Amino acid sequence: MRLRFLLPIVGFVVVAIGLGVGLTLKPREIPSALIGKPVPIFELAPVQGRTAGLSTSDLKIGKPVLVNVFASWCGPCRQEHPLFMELARTTDIEIYGLNQRDTPEDAARWLETFGDPYDKTGADLSGRISIEWGVYGVPETFVVDGEGCIQYKHISVMTREVLEAEILPRLRGERHVPCEGT
Amino acid sequence: MIGELGHFAIILALAVAAVQGTLPLIGAQRNMPALSAIAQPAAIVQFALIALAFGALTHAFVTSDFSVLNVWQNSHTDKPMLYKISGVWGNHEGSLLLWVLILAAFGMGVAVLGSNLPPNLRTRVIAVQGLVGVGFLLLLVFLSNPFARIDPAPLQGNGLNPLLQDPGLAFHPPFLYLGYVGFSIAFSFAVAALIEGKVDAAWARWVRPWTLAAWTALTVGIVMGSWWAYYELGWGGWWFWDPVENASFMPWLLGTALLHSAIVVEKRDALRTWTVLLAILTFSFSLLGTFIVRSGVLNSVHAFATDPARGVYILLFLVIAIGGSLALYAWRAPTLKGGGMFAPVSREGALVLNNLLLVAATATVFIGTLYPLFLDAVTGEKVTVGPPFFHATFVPLMIPLLAVMAVGPMMPWKRADLAGTLGRLKIAGVATVVVTLVTLYLAGVKDVLAVLGMAIATWLIMGALVDIGERTRVFRTKAGDSWRRATNMPRSAWGAAIAHAGMGVAILGMTGSLAWETEHLQIMRPGDRIEVAGYEVQFDGVQAARGPNYDAARGTFRVYRDGDLVEVMQPETRRFANPPMVTTEAAIRPRNFGDLYAVVGESNGDGGFATRIYHKPMINWLWIGSLMMAVGGLVSLSDRRHRVGAPARKRAARTTPTRPAGQTA
Repeated sequence: MRLRFLLPIVGFVVVAIGLGVGLTLKPREIPSALIGKPVPIFELAPVQGRTAGLSTSDLKIGKPVLVNVFASWCGPCRQEHPLFMELARTTDIEIYGLNQRDTPEDAARWLETFGDPYDKTGADLSGRISIEWGVYGVPETFVVDGEGCIQYKHISVMTREVLEAEILPRLRGERHVPCEGT
Repeated sequence: MIGELGHFAIILALAVAAVQGTLPLIGAQRNMPALSAIAQPAAIVQFALIALAFGALTHAFVTSDFSVLNVWQNSHTDKPMLYKISGVWGNHEGSLLLWVLILAAFGMGVAVLGSNLPPNLRTRVIAVQGLVGVGFLLLLVFLSNPFARIDPAPLQGNGLNPLLQDPGLAFHPPFLYLGYVGFSIAFSFAVAALIEGKVDAAWARWVRPWTLAAWTALTVGIVMGSWWAYYELGWGGWWFWDPVENASFMPWLLGTALLHSAIVVEKRDALRTWTVLLAILTFSFSLLGTFIVRSGVLNSVHAFATDPARGVYILLFLVIAIGGSLALYAWRAPTLKGGGMFAPVSREGALVLNNLLLVAATATVFIGTLYPLFLDAVTGEKVTVGPPFFHATFVPLMIPLLAVMAVGPMMPWKRADLAGTLGRLKIAGVATVVVTLVTLYLAGVKDVLAVLGMAIATWLIMGALVDIGERTRVFRTKAGDSWRRATNMPRSAWGAAIAHAGMGVAILGMTGSLAWETEHLQIMRPGDRIEVAGYEVQFDGVQAARGPNYDAARGTFRVYRDGDLVEVMQPETRRFANPPMVTTEAAIRPRNFGDLYAVVGESNGDGGFATRIYHKPMINWLWIGSLMMAVGGLVSLSDRRHRVGAPARKRAARTTPTRPAGQTA
C-alpha cells in the first residue's frame, strides 16, 4: 500500500474530528464567557456621514442599550433590518450599530438605502473591535446594561420572537446578570 | 390514513434498501446469480415506495391536513397552491424525503437503463446506491418522520417563511438535489470499481453521462438560487458567499473537475485513481453540504431548524460513508494500474491543470466556510470570514483556469505544440487585445478587474468559436463541406464549446453588473423625477395593495426614454401575517440586456419615500451564460456514444494508439 493513497482518508479524519467538536459548540448559543462581563474598551469613529461615534463610555449611560453588528455585504442583515427600523420608530430604546469590515462608502449607502435606526454607529473597518466583542458571524445583537455589562447576545437574524422573548425583557432590566470584575 | 400509508411506505423502503445494499453485493462477490438478480427489482420497488410516500405528503400539503405536524408547521390555507406544493420540500423532513426520492430514482435509472453495463458492475453500483439510501432512510424514519401527527388537529397552520414563497425558490431545491444526489451515482460507480478492482475507459464512459446529468441540474439549481437572491433580497447582489451557497458550490466545482477527468480516463485511460478519488470526493462534498445545512454547525439564513441528534447522526453517516469509501480507496487504489503516458503540454496536461485549479478552488471555499468552526474548535477563538476572503483567494485561482479553458480543447492528446495551438487561436487573441484596449479606453486603468473580466470573457467566447471554426473548417472549404463537418461533429464537442462560451458570457454579465452599475438612492415624493443611465424615472407614489396572503405597499415608477413612456415599474414591500415578516419585491425590467431595478422602501413620514433605482448593465448575460453552460451539458449528454452501448467494440479500438485528435471532446 503506497502512502499517498492514505492521504485522502487522513485529511478526512481531521475534518471529521473538527466537525464533531464543532457539533458540540452550538454557534447559536451565547458563549457564556461573555455574559456578565464588561464590554471591551474601544473607541470607533462613526459610519461615514454621521456624527455620533461609538465608544465604551456610550455603553454606560445608566440604561440598557442594544448593540447590533451589521455589514453591507451581509444578506441576513437586510432581513432583520426592518425590525430595528420599527424599534427606532416606535420605542425610545437606544440602538447602536457596530459596522463590521465594510468600506465607508458601502456602509453609508446601505444606511441611506434601508434607513438608519441607529442612535450611534461605530465603523469597525478592520474587524478588530468585533473580535474583542466576540463577534462570530454577522448579524449579531447584544444587550448591554446601564453599567456597560453584557447581558445577552443573539447570533444570526433577529426575529420578532427572539425580540419579544429575550431582548425586550432584558432591556426593561429583567433577568439581570450581575457584572463580574468591573 | 394517507399519512400512515406514506409512513409505512418509507419503513418498507428502508427494508428494501437494506436488502438492495447487502445481498446483491454478496451475490456479485461469490458469483451467486440468484442474489445478484435481487438488485434490479429492489431498486425499482424502493423507488416506487418512496414515490408513494412523497405522493402522500404532497396530498397532505395540498389538502392542508393540519393533523400532520409538518403541514401544520409549514403551511396555511391562504397560501397559493404553488407554495402549498413547494412547502413539501420547504422544510427539513420533506426535503429529506425529496432527497431519498431522487437517490432512489437514480438507483432505478441504473437498474432500468444500465442493460449495457457488465452485470457484476451494475449489481454492485445498484447495491452501493442502496447502502447510501439506507443511511438517509434511517434518518428519515427514526429522526425526521415527515408524517408525525398532532392531536387534536389545529384549525390553521403556521405558514411558510415568506422569503421562500417565490417561484424561483420553489423549484430551486429540486434542481439542487438532482445535482447533489445525482453525484451519488458517480460515487457508487467509484466504490463498485474499487470493489471490482477495475477502472477502464468503459467504466468512465458510463460514469460520465450520469455525472453530466447531475452537473447540469446542479448548475440550473445554483443559478436559480442566485437569481432569487438577486431579486428577492432586494439589493442587487447575486452571490453572498453564505455557508449554504458555498455548500452547493463546492460539489459543483468538484463535479466540474470530475467531468473533465473522466474524459481523460475514457479517451486515454490515464488518471484512473485520481478520477475515482474525485468521484468519491464530489459526493462527499454533497454529503458535507447536507451536514452543514442540517446540523446547525454554521450560521446561515438558509439553514433548516436544527436538532442536535440529527447533526450527530449525519456526522456518523458521513464518517461511515466517506471514511469507508476513502479507506477502500487507500486499500484498493494502489492495485489500479496507471494508463497512457502523456507530455505536460497536451490535452491531458491541460485537463490536469483544470483539475488542480478546480480542486484548489474547492479547498479555498472549504477553508473559508469551515475555518471559523475549526478555529473555534481548536482555540475557542471566534472569527468571521466574509466575502473579502473569497475575493482575495478564489478569484486569483479562477483567472489561470479560465485562461487555459480556451486553449485546452484545441490541444491534441498525448503531446501538443503550444505555439501551434496558440497560433490557431490568434483570432481569439486579437479580439481579446482589441476588447481589452477598448475597455481600457472607456473604463480607464483604475478598474483592473473590469478590464480583466472583459478580456477573459472575450478570450473564452472567441476561443469556443475558433474551436468550432477549426473543426468545421468554415470559410476554408466549401460551405457544404463545413456543414457536413458540423453535423458530423460529436455532440460532446458542441456541448463543450457551448458550455465554455457560456462561462465567458456569464463572466461578461458578472463584470458588467459589478463594474458599471449605477445606483441612485434618494427620498422621492410623488411627481419627483430623476435621471438614471439615460432614462427619466418618475415616481407616482405608493398605494396599498392586497395579495393572497399579504398586504403590500406598492410604489409606481414611470420610466421615460426621450420623452416616451417605455416602462411602468411597481416594486412592493409585502407584509405577511403568518408568520409575521416583511419582504421586498424589487421591480426588475430588462432593457437591452441590462436591468432597471427599482425598490421602494420606508416612508419618511413626510410624504416622501426612500427609493432605490439601479441600472445593472449586462446582468442578463450572467443568467444567459449560466443557462448556456447547462444547455452545453444537455447537448453533450445527447452524444451518440452515451446512447450506443458498445463498450466491447470501443475497448478493442483503444489498442490503436491515438484517434484523430480533432474528433474528440
